Amino acid sequence: MANELPAKFDEFVEARKQGFLAAKEFKEKGGKLAGFLCSYTPLEVLMAGGISAVGLCGTSNETVPDAEKVLPKNLCPLIKSTYGFAYSEKCPYTYFSDIIIGETTCDGKKKMYELLSELKDVYVLHLPQGQGRPYSKEIWYQEVKMLKERLEEKFGIEITDEALREAVKKRNKLRRAITEMYELQANVPPVMKGSQMMLTLMSGSFKFDVDEYIDGVLNVVEKAKADYAAGKSTVSTKDKRILLTGCPSGGVIQKIGMVIENNGGVIVCLDDCSGERTNRMLIDEDADDILRAISDRYLEINCSVMTTNEARLENTRAMIEKYKVDGVIEVVLQACHTFNVESVKVCRMVEDMGIPYMKLETDYSTADNGQLETRISAFLEML
Amino acid sequence: MYQVGIDMGSSATKTVVMEGEKILGNWMQPTGYSTLETSQQILEMLKNQGITKDNARFAATGYGRISIPYADEVITEITCHGKGAYYLFHENGTVIDVGGQDTKGIQQKNGRVFKFLMNDKCSAGTGKFLEIMTNRLGVSLDELAELASGGQNITISSMCTVFAESEVISLIGSGTSREDIANGVISSVVTKVSQLISGVESEQYFLTGGLCGNEYFRSQLEKKLGKTVRTDPLGRYAGAIGAALSICR
Repeated sequence: MANELPAKFDEFVEARKQGFLAAKEFKEKGGKLAGFLCSYTPLEVLMAGGISAVGLCGTSNETVPDAEKVLPKNLCPLIKSTYGFAYSEKCPYTYFSDIIIGETTCDGKKKMYELLSELKDVYVLHLPQGQGRPYSKEIWYQEVKMLKERLEEKFGIEITDEALREAVKKRNKLRRAITEMYELQANVPPVMKGSQMMLTLMSGSFKFDVDEYIDGVLNVVEKAKADYAAGKSTVSTKDKRILLTGCPSGGVIQKIGMVIENNGGVIVCLDDCSGERTNRMLIDEDADDILRAISDRYLEINCSVMTTNEARLENTRAMIEKYKVDGVIEVVLQACHTFNVESVKVCRMVEDMGIPYMKLETDYSTADNGQLETRISAFLEML
Repeated sequence: MYQVGIDMGSSATKTVVMEGEKILGNWMQPTGYSTLETSQQILEMLKNQGITKDNARFAATGYGRISIPYADEVITEITCHGKGAYYLFHENGTVIDVGGQDTKGIQQKNGRVFKFLMNDKCSAGTGKFLEIMTNRLGVSLDELAELASGGQNITISSMCTVFAESEVISLIGSGTSREDIANGVISSVVTKVSQLISGVESEQYFLTGGLCGNEYFRSQLEKKLGKTVRTDPLGRYAGAIGAALSICR
């Protein structure tokens, strides 16, 4: 795998250059790098092989025009942005990743990976359509095992049970740290702005070293706790408590997250796939079959690609109570059919609880910023 | 203390002066290119009537609400239309506000909004759709309604304003009568609006915004929804009234 910088490197802004140089240095020191997109990717398997994992979910509109040279326009912005970063060679992590791990979640991603594999080495995990069949767990176990074998073969390594167990311990530690951060928001008023949490998680997903990620989260937790105890909360008790659910929210932190928090709201619960529901699921560190414990746990994750996906609704209901939520805002990224259709059920469940609900369908462009601001402000005024 | 409500929409700016619950005056002007200039003009016009920052409080709403530097309060048009409609109609129900760039359905109870829907970034079913079609047919909005009432229903199937315009051009080219096209145009807006409203159903509806004076549109909408659709001569001012009323809380 080449460790050269992309041809357009000189045109990049300074921050991007730094990202490329850091990734290059990491690779030159013998670092192995895998990109992943989805929370179903069993990161312990990568970690146990000494492979650093970076999240490649595209969150920026910047590369969408590039992607649209190849992909259809009417497609999810996350998929377009991700592909666009690979196509335009603008993301250091995509560019320097030795392999990209995809998964058959939605149709758009599944087919995009076929095109992505023309640019990068891509391995796609086949996810079952639901968790309910007697053989679902076995399918997923076989998939995780095949990923392990593929990585062993590609990198010439052996991924031992012992290493898997160590990886589980470390990632459980990260999960506990993230959950602790989330739970701070159950306080009245919440301890910090939700967008700050979202940005902390976002920057963590680019860390080559999980220990660094854990420290980053724990630092935020400690600082927020200390400020809170000293009465320096950045959030007013008057701010309306919002649960944000739906599609991955990394690409809408500014256009939705910050707009909520600049107009009298505060995100107390992030209920997307990087939210508490995913991080609360720990893996049994002492399981006899550690690989199976890993695969079983990942399959439990709730995503609208699963049919049925009732556990997501149950969890959201519990979160609304735990975080004393005033209103629910659901984000649906353009052309995300599964979350869009499922939103009907979410809306019913939330409104049955007597909690106001609003769905926002959007992409990563700035075209609808004005309308979104009006909608969000009106929703907050209504609560 | 007077309360001044200013609803700066994408096409027109509506100003209402109130004292408590009583409307003392109201007028409308084009928003124009410079929202800041328009807001200064309003301040001047109010000054000529003896209303200044010294004896009045100001609330701004509408898409230009952030461009009114002297506003004491800034509130979204959704909250204001809910409040304004309750003031005008004294009853609970869903407000249908067909605006210049967006259409909203707002369920209100005692003037308090409890659910609303708004069209996505698309101009189908909004004032913009009608503006483009009236321009294409070379008629005013009132003339369009008059033509439509004498026409046969034809279907304009494109939901996209740009494509619908092409469709209308084809219809003109194929010799379809103006009356029939006008009928199709209005029925397209009625269909789109009632689709949006289906998520915020009520026993009765209140039409506010730019189309509230259009009797043909109102009656067609009533027919489609199968429920009473009420209007008021001051319907266009519902947002501004709601803003003014928000001050005396």
